[in-house]
Amino acid sequence: MPQYFPPNANAFARWTVYGGILFVVLLAVSLTVFARTTNNRVRVPVEQPIAFQHSLHAGELGIDCRYCHSSVEVAAAANIPPTETCMTCHSQIRVGTPQLAGVYASWENEMPIRWNRVHDLADFVYFNHSAHIGSGVGCSSCHGRVDQMDGIWKAEEMSMGWCLECHRAPEKFLRPRSEVFNLAYEPPADQLALGHELVETYHINTEKLPQCSTCHR
Amino acid sequence: MRRERSTTWRNIASSCGIIFLTLALSACGRNMFDQPKAELYEASPYFSDGSSARPLVEGTVSRQRGSIDATYVSGQDENGLLSELPIPVSLGLLQRGQERYNIYCSPCHNYSGDGQGMIVQRGFPSPTSFHDQRLRDATVGYFYNAMTNGFGRMLSYASRIPPEDRWAIAAYIRALQLSQYATLEDVPEDIRLELLQSQGAIR
Repeated sequence: MPQYFPPNANAFARWTVYGGILFVVLLAVSLTVFARTTNNRVRVPVEQPIAFQHSLHAGELGIDCRYCHSSVEVAAAANIPPTETCMTCHSQIRVGTPQLAGVYASWENEMPIRWNRVHDLADFVYFNHSAHIGSGVGCSSCHGRVDQMDGIWKAEEMSMGWCLECHRAPEKFLRPRSEVFNLAYEPPADQLALGHELVETYHINTEKLPQCSTCHR
Repeated sequence: MRRERSTTWRNIASSCGIIFLTLALSACGRNMFDQPKAELYEASPYFSDGSSARPLVEGTVSRQRGSIDATYVSGQDENGLLSELPIPVSLGLLQRGQERYNIYCSPCHNYSGDGQGMIVQRGFPSPTSFHDQRLRDATVGYFYNAMTNGFGRMLSYASRIPPEDRWAIAAYIRALQLSQYATLEDVPEDIRLELLQSQGAIR
């Protein structure tokens, strides 16, 4: 059998293999980076059909988060308020203004307002608002100062690595239950001492917290 | 010897190539991220309102705690609106009522119940003060009924406040009414002195 390749083809083949391995490594790294950043439009305002201002309602007027997101303490989801909630006040206030046209159209036609989604976790993540609130995780720990936002955007990247920062060391972030809805809350200087105490008081199972099945089922 | 070595390398190279092709051709689907199930608020083309969430069927009976007791849920019995709370009053109940009142009622009724809350300051017609004689004489069921069915310009809060919390709020409104007409004799003796001192500090 004649030789098809000259001897220096061996070197070429060898380098192809090295290049291949390098390619696989780079691919793995870039896919990981992609998976962690994709769809994480942090601090990018999400356009909405109605220019609702949290900064006015939750900030200036000081309305509690739960006035509209009333299911947040008892359900997995913090509900988007139905049009009825808007109408509690806007049946009387700023009636007929163009900014609120969408609200009145929704009320009269009995069609829900189509808000654009701000946070969309992967469907295999089972996040529960009530569990976090009951454990002393403040609204602003994940959602930032919503009371200062003119529009609405994601304040944190909400990636798995970000979740684990707290799931691995909840004592760094917990606050007393009475402060959960206080968006202006500042952690005390001795946060770790307080955090360890709260982990005890709220019966937080730190061993189970970072495990896969806590969030994925 | 040399021949064998180059065959080995070639085998490795071709296996790597196959692995690449598999990776490249399989592509990365995101179908696990967005599974074919209706998540909360997900749009659905199947229903005329475009929402996957369906309203309750008419005549649906809630299995929520206490909902079997018609008097407890409606706030009325055969004699009309209840004049007594259907649940025992405790400090816990009043504290719960205070918290819920501050969330849902204070925007209009104000923290003190005088009807001059923030939303009223921004143009909502002022509700009657809870310290008005008419409301001081009203039964506790009257407040429960207003929260459940709405009253005047106030829409119903039944979808936001469950019955047990409505009773807690009704109890707290009673406490607010007491607070505005309280005398020093109503204060327990052991904290009377403290109160006087704190008032002295203000003056």
